[in-house]
Formats: sequence, structure tokens, C-alpha cells
Amino acid sequence: MDLSAINPVLLIASLMVAATPLLFAAIGELVVEKSGVLNLGVEGMMIIGAVAGFATAVESGSPLLGFVAAAGAGAALSILFAILTQYAQANQVASGLSLTLFGLGLSALMGQSYVGIKPPQMQKLDIPLLSDLPVIGPILFGHDLMLYVALMLIAAVWAVIKFTRIGLVLRAVGENHDAAHALGYKVVRIRIIAILFGGACAGLGGAYISLIRVPQWTEGMTAGIGWIALALVVFASWKPWRVLLGAYLFGGVTVVQLNLQAAGVAIPVEYLAMSPYLITILVLVILSADKSSAPAALGRNFHAAR
Amino acid sequence: MKLTKLMTSAAVAFGLATSALADDPTKVGFVYVGPVGDGGWTYEHDQGRKAVVEEFGDKVETVYVENVAEGPDAERVITQMALQGADLIFTTSFGYMDPTINVAAKFPNVRFEHATGYKQAENVATYSARFYEGRAVQGTIAGNMTKSNIVGYIGSYPIPEVIRGINSAYIHAKKVNPDVEFKIVWAFTWFDPAKEADAAKVLIEQGADVILQHTDSTAPQAAAQAAGNVITFGQASDMAEYGPLPRVSSIIDDWAPYYIARTQAVMDGTWTSGNTWDGIGAGMVGIGEISDAVPADVKEAALAMKAALADGSYHAFTGPINKQDGSAWLADGEVADDGTLAGMNFFVEGIEGDIPQ
Amino acid sequence: MIRLEKRPQPSRAWSLATPVVAVLATMVAGGMLFGILGKDPVEAIRTIFWEPLFGEFAFYYRPQLLVKGAPLVLIAIGLSLGFKAGIWNIGAEGQYIIGALVGAGIGLAFYPLEAWFVFPLMVIGGAFGGWLWAMIPAYLKTRFGTNEILVSLMLVYVAEQFLASMSLGLLRNPEGHGFPGSRNFNSYEGASSWINENAGMHWGVVAALIAVIFAYVLLNRHMVGYHIRLTGEAPRAARFAGVKPARLILFCLGTSGMLAGLAGLFEVSGPSGQVSIDFNVGYGFTAIIVAFLGRLHPVGILLAGGLMALTYIGGDIAQSNLQLPSAAIQVFQGMLLFFLLAFDLLTNFRISLGKPEVA
Repeated sequence: MDLSAINPVLLIASLMVAATPLLFAAIGELVVEKSGVLNLGVEGMMIIGAVAGFATAVESGSPLLGFVAAAGAGAALSILFAILTQYAQANQVASGLSLTLFGLGLSALMGQSYVGIKPPQMQKLDIPLLSDLPVIGPILFGHDLMLYVALMLIAAVWAVIKFTRIGLVLRAVGENHDAAHALGYKVVRIRIIAILFGGACAGLGGAYISLIRVPQWTEGMTAGIGWIALALVVFASWKPWRVLLGAYLFGGVTVVQLNLQAAGVAIPVEYLAMSPYLITILVLVILSADKSSAPAALGRNFHAAR
Repeated sequence: MKLTKLMTSAAVAFGLATSALADDPTKVGFVYVGPVGDGGWTYEHDQGRKAVVEEFGDKVETVYVENVAEGPDAERVITQMALQGADLIFTTSFGYMDPTINVAAKFPNVRFEHATGYKQAENVATYSARFYEGRAVQGTIAGNMTKSNIVGYIGSYPIPEVIRGINSAYIHAKKVNPDVEFKIVWAFTWFDPAKEADAAKVLIEQGADVILQHTDSTAPQAAAQAAGNVITFGQASDMAEYGPLPRVSSIIDDWAPYYIARTQAVMDGTWTSGNTWDGIGAGMVGIGEISDAVPADVKEAALAMKAALADGSYHAFTGPINKQDGSAWLADGEVADDGTLAGMNFFVEGIEGDIPQ
Repeated sequence: MIRLEKRPQPSRAWSLATPVVAVLATMVAGGMLFGILGKDPVEAIRTIFWEPLFGEFAFYYRPQLLVKGAPLVLIAIGLSLGFKAGIWNIGAEGQYIIGALVGAGIGLAFYPLEAWFVFPLMVIGGAFGGWLWAMIPAYLKTRFGTNEILVSLMLVYVAEQFLASMSLGLLRNPEGHGFPGSRNFNSYEGASSWINENAGMHWGVVAALIAVIFAYVLLNRHMVGYHIRLTGEAPRAARFAGVKPARLILFCLGTSGMLAGLAGLFEVSGPSGQVSIDFNVGYGFTAIIVAFLGRLHPVGILLAGGLMALTYIGGDIAQSNLQLPSAAIQVFQGMLLFFLLAFDLLTNFRISLGKPEVA
């Protein structure tokens, strides 16, 4: 056993990278759920983003363009969900699950000719002086651009929900769609915009995996991260900053687990691999005192004419 | 048991049909556990299938089904291929063992080939590759090239196949570099790019400057490239896109020669059951081009190792070798028998850490 | 201008017609997809829907429909009870795994004893394992008010790790040459769930049919069923009517966990045959879709389970006969679900053309 081999600075820096796809997907889903819609299709939208972003980046040579395409593709897929749930009044749980199935299949078809290709690399930010600072440098200033975008997105969503009229309307629609409708808000339109935003964010998260974190394209490469993102939103009790905390906790446990293994600590691996999930359940129990958090209309469909 | 009779008679009918119509193409089926686009295990089996098509052209018809879950789905898919007239069926995952045996009992005229298993029958042969030979070459390069003397190893599941690879790599790294140390991380997955990337990063952060992987994705390669000054080896496929650095060589699963030979045997009517465990010599285990990043003398040593393994003058597990607990396993000059190797469930002396149970 | 008007009551005619319309629409859209991929669309659709039922080898595929459909129906029936009451167990996959592990563990402990009581004990163990795993979210929800969607989902991942640990450790076949995976129950007569393998009959199929009848009677003839429906439709009214929410949560989650556990046990001791790392193939998640496709109605679930099984089996045939990629089959299944969900609209709403009324 050699715990001194673990470098905490590098550990924190790499768990930030590990958490970023989760951040993107979860913050998008948070907005969707705030509007009262439960979209379980995150995994499907992520993987579509992963393949679309990868393909675009390879063809154009620009990772940034890839991210734009990924956001577009994620949003495009979410339109299907929006049509089903907002116009056709279909059940949201079933529609979301179907979306995941569809997305996984479609992404595999789209990505057939991209297996085994290396994407163009995204440059890391390299700020002179700042990036070279000890401890703080690698943690705060040594990452790629998209990691900061994810953090800014969290801040932006927090600010918009908390301080702006848009946020107020969003929350009103999510809490009580009938009352919101009576006040003259376009419930369906607002929800569709939220769904599209969620799709775009999931797409970005997927592309972060295929372009930066891994980077490669293979079928099914999101490997369940979309599901964890869903869990994360509930874990965060629909609060943006808690999403950040939760994502780092989730990413952190995995990275720490691997670190302990590499350091030769005799740990039962399977049981440690369970631990993020068990810890989430534990945190849920602890946080359960706070019952005001879930949007009241979550998962219920709205139909205006009667 | 009317249905069994029906099935057998259907099979018999097909058996007769194929022998009666000699011009009829030989039908070869492949059952895959992953998608053909996984870039690793299944991808290489499908390359083998394509080689069969290329070799025999019109004389052969191949069919495949991908993403077949181990268990009842596999049994159904194998049966379906047999019903539809396949003459030879390759089932390419360990978990297909019992389903293959079950189906084979119902179709005595169809030949089955099961990869990596240990159960044979009159019409079921097994085949596997001695990947540990490739690991010996890797170990030689790794031991020579590591500067930190720490080699990181990403294992999938603690099963004999993987443990054998770790032991072989370690023995040969140690041989050229007595100070070498292995850090082993079990990912508990065959394929999860994000987790593999994490595992590689962790190993690199803890000082490893060589990463060996027994998982299928190129994620560890990319992580090594990002870190710089780390070398890796391609797994299952060549992963040449990551050469010349970090990828300095690779172990390639090359099933093509075997698949062609077995298809030929069915065509000639010379097919017999058996257990094939081929290595570098028969071309089932390919060693990818050793890149120029490897110093000439190391490359030479690696190629010499490869040649010795290929012509059989050297066995990768040659004594004296002790088990991890210090007890003797192989005496001086003694060579490991295949039975022990097939079920290997212990580390050799010098490797630290326990095999998870 | 197209407008939707809510029907005062769901239309009976449309509720029967929409699945047919949806399947037809999927055939058209799926045919186009297969056409784009360069395959004969008519042949592809025929292979998926016709071949398993009436094709040359239907004698083999028809029983396979039972094997593939039974666990889906068994799990979906349990889930539908909770879903009706607004209790969301989406962790059936985990309950399925634990049920299989407990049941198989009991069976393996008795190996090689051939006795009449071995299999019944395994069944009890399977049901208990699934029930126990579902009681975790149920207890946490009733005691602390935690969200059952999340807890049950998290427990799926815990169960998967547990499964890996068991197949590599405690339950590993001692004669398996060190490979992961348990002994095969198909060579242990007294612990096998097969009744007649060639007819696709195992105790899981029987259990699924019993569950359908049980759920039908429960929902239509029993007080508990009434409470379930009332809680789903009007939770406040339910409370006034004397429904105890905690008790209902324990009942719904417990029942669905028990049925999922049973499905796992019947699968492990029959079609699957052994505990292995990749034993679970997503039945627990697919069953959620099946439950909704069947509109949470027992008979509907039976039909939906059959339809899903058909597309799986037909899809595999299409893969090998026409070399369609498995991804295309997945997309096709996704389309089928989308159309089924979308056309469901016609059951509850009337489409009228004309100007919207000005309120």
C-alpha cells in the first residue's frame, strides 16, 4: 500500500474532467424538470450528441463546431419527445425511455464509418502564469474550454432561475400549469423550449465524452452516464449548485476508487464500485427533510382546451 | 418430444440438401456479443468473417448477428442460424458456451466453433488465442522502456484470461528490469470508455509511464497521449492511429487464418472437433508494428522474443516461477501445462495486491 | 386549424384500433428506413412480423415468444400496479437480479440433492429477494420521504456490482476452470424451471399468466385495486376515502419487487441457466415500456409483452437473414414505441378541424 502515490491536486483536476459530461446533461435536465417535464431520454440525447459532435469535428477539423452540432443534434432529438408529450399527450416516462432506445440505435447507424478514427484535439487553456501556479494552477486554470462552459452554464441557470422573469415563469409552469395558463403563460411553448434546452445540454455532455474525455467514437460509449445525470438532478433537489456538488461527488468516488486500487489498497472492488450509489441514497435520506424542492407538476401532462 | 423430432428432421433435411447440392455455397454463421463497430473484440471477429468472404467469394455465404446477449437470446440466435441452413457456426464469446453445446446436440450435422470455452462435443470445437504470448513481448518492451519503473495495468474482470496476461507481462518485464513494479486496476467492465480513461489517468498520475490494457477501447491511449511521456499498447485491434507514440506496439486478435482454415475443412469434409489454442506462431496472435519510438536494441529484443515464441523454442511460462505467496510453481526449465494456464487464478511472485474475489 | 378536444371518456373503438394503426405506421416508416439502408423494405417487415409467427420455422419461434415475453409480462404487471397509483419503481432490473441471486443461491446450496422441495424453496427465495430489494426504496420513502425513482434506480447499479461479485466469487462453478459464472441449472433436474423446453414452457410463463389474472381481479374486484386507482387519479380524495399511503407504497413496491424477483429466478433456473456477470439483459427496463404500451391494463400488458418479444425475435431473424445492423432494429423498435405512444392520443382526444373557440 502506498497512499503517498496519490496526488490530491491531480486527483481533483481529473475528477473535474470526469464530472463535466454529467454537469452538462444534469443542468439541462434540471431546467426541463423545473418546467414540470420529466425526460428520461437523457442517455439517448447524449449519445446522439456524442456521435454528431464527433462526426462534425472530424469532417470540419474543428472541435468547437462539433460541440455546436452536438447541441443541435441533442435538441433535434428532443423535439421528438416534445411532440409526443406536449402535443400528443403521451406518457412522459414511456416517451423518455423510448427516446433512449431510439437514440442508441440511431447513433450507432450514424457512427458506423467513424469507428477507430481520432478526432481533432481540443486545446487546453494555457494561461501564462496562472496555469503554472502550484495546486491552484492545474485545478483551476489547466482545463479545456468546455469545462468552463459547463461551470458557467451552472451559474447562468442558477441566476436565470433565481433572479429573472424567465425563471419565474419557468417555475410557475412547473409548479402549477393550470394556474400559469390562467395567468396567460404559454405552458406548452415554454415547456418545449425547456425540453430543447435540455436536449442541447445533453448533446454537449455527450460530445464532451466523445471529443475530450475519451476521445473516440464507439457504439454505446455513454455507458449509462445519462442515467446518472437523471439521478443527479433529484440528488441536487433541483438546485443548480447542488448539481455541481453532486457531479463532483459522483465523479470523485469513481476516481478515488481507482486511485486506491492503483495504490494497492486491498479493497473489494465491486463493493467500492457500489459506493457512489449507496452514498447517493444516504445523501437522499439526509436531504429528505427538505421536501419543498420537487416541481409540483413534474411528469404531469398539460392540455389547455377543455 | 415431437418438436425435437421435427427439428432434427429439419436439420437432417438440410444436411442432405447441402451434400446433395455440391454447388450450393457453404453457409457460415457468426454470433457476436458486441456491435461490429466496437473497434475491439467483435470488430476483429468480423474482420475474420470478411476475410472468409474474400477468400472463398461465391463459394461461401456468411451471416452474422451482433449484440447478442449471453443466455437465452444466444441459444435462440444460434438455433435460428442452424435452422436456416448454416453449415458452420462460430460463437464468439465465452458466455455462449452452454447455449452452443445445447444447440449442437439438436443439430448433429451442423458444425460449431466456440471461442474461449472448454466444453467440446462431436460437432463442437473450441478455439482460443494465446494472448499471453503477446503479453510477453509487451512485457519485454515495457520493462525496458519504463523510466519510473511503474507499469500500470488496466484489467477488466479477474478471470484466468486476464490474470494470465498480467502474469506473463510481469514475468517478462521483470526479466529485463528487476526494479519494475506493476500497479493493477480492475475496471470491472470490458468496455466503458469513460471509466477506462479514468483508470488510465489514475495510473499515470500515480507514476506509471507504461499503460497496458485488457479492455477494448482506445480511451487509455488517448489519456496517455494527453499526458505525454507515456507509452501504451494497442489491444485487440492495432490502434495504429495512436502510433508512433503513445502506442508503440499492439496485440492483434487475428482470427482470419483460423476461420478460413475451418471453413475450408467443412467444404472438404475434413472438419473434426478439437481444441485449438494458437499463438503467435499460427498467426492467431498478431504483434502490431513496433514503432520507432522504441530504441533499436529494445525492438530487437522484443522481436527476438516474438520469434522464439513463434517457433516454439521458448514458452512464456518457463520456470523457475513461484506463486505470489512464495510457493514453488514451476521448477527450473519446467514449462506450464495448458490446464493450469487455462484456469490460472493466482499471481506470480513479485506482483503486489490481491485478485478480487 | 387542428384542435384537440378531450373526450369525456376514452374511446373504446380507438383504444382497440390505435395499436393496429401504430403498427401499420411503423411498418411504413421502418420500411423507408430499411430502404435507405439498401434492404428490401417489404421483405424486412415481413421477416420481423411474419417469420416468427407463420414462417417456415415458426414451430421453433412461437415457443420462443413465450420465453422472451414471460419475464417482460411478469415484471410489467407488478410495475403497472404501482404506476397506476403514482408509485414509480424503475428499479425492477435490480430486483430481478437479486431475486435470481437469492433463488439460485438456495438451489446451488442444495446441489446435487434431487428433492421435491428444492425448486419451491428457490421460488420462495426469488420472490423474497426481489421483495427485499424493493423494500429498501419503499421503507426509505415511507420513513424519510425519499424519492423512490432515484433510490430504486441507484439500487440497480448496486445489484449489478453484487451480481459481478457473486459470479466471480461465492456462486462460481467450482468445476468451471476458474471462469466466472455458476453451475448450469439445466443439468440440475430438481432445480430447473423448465416444464417443457421445446414448447417454451417454464414456470415463469405460468407465473406470468397467473399474474395477469391476479392483477385483473385485484384491480377490478378488490378493495386494494380500488385504492390503487383512486390514489393515482385523485390522491387527496383517496386520503379521505381512508387509503393509507404508506401501506399502499409498501404493497405496490413489494408486489412489483416480488414479481421481478420471481422473473429473475425463473430466468436463471431455466432459459438462462446460470448466474453470470452479464445475466441481466434489461428486462426490468423494457418492462417499463411494456407496462405503458399496455396502458397499465393487465390484458394490454400481455399483448404488449408479446409484441415486444415479437420484434426482438423477428429483429434477430432480420439481422441474420438480411444482414440488417442491430442498430437498425433498435431504431425500428424506437419508432414502434413512438407511434404507439403518439396514436394513443386518439383514444383520449378527438381531433376537430376548424377555428378555435374564442373564450
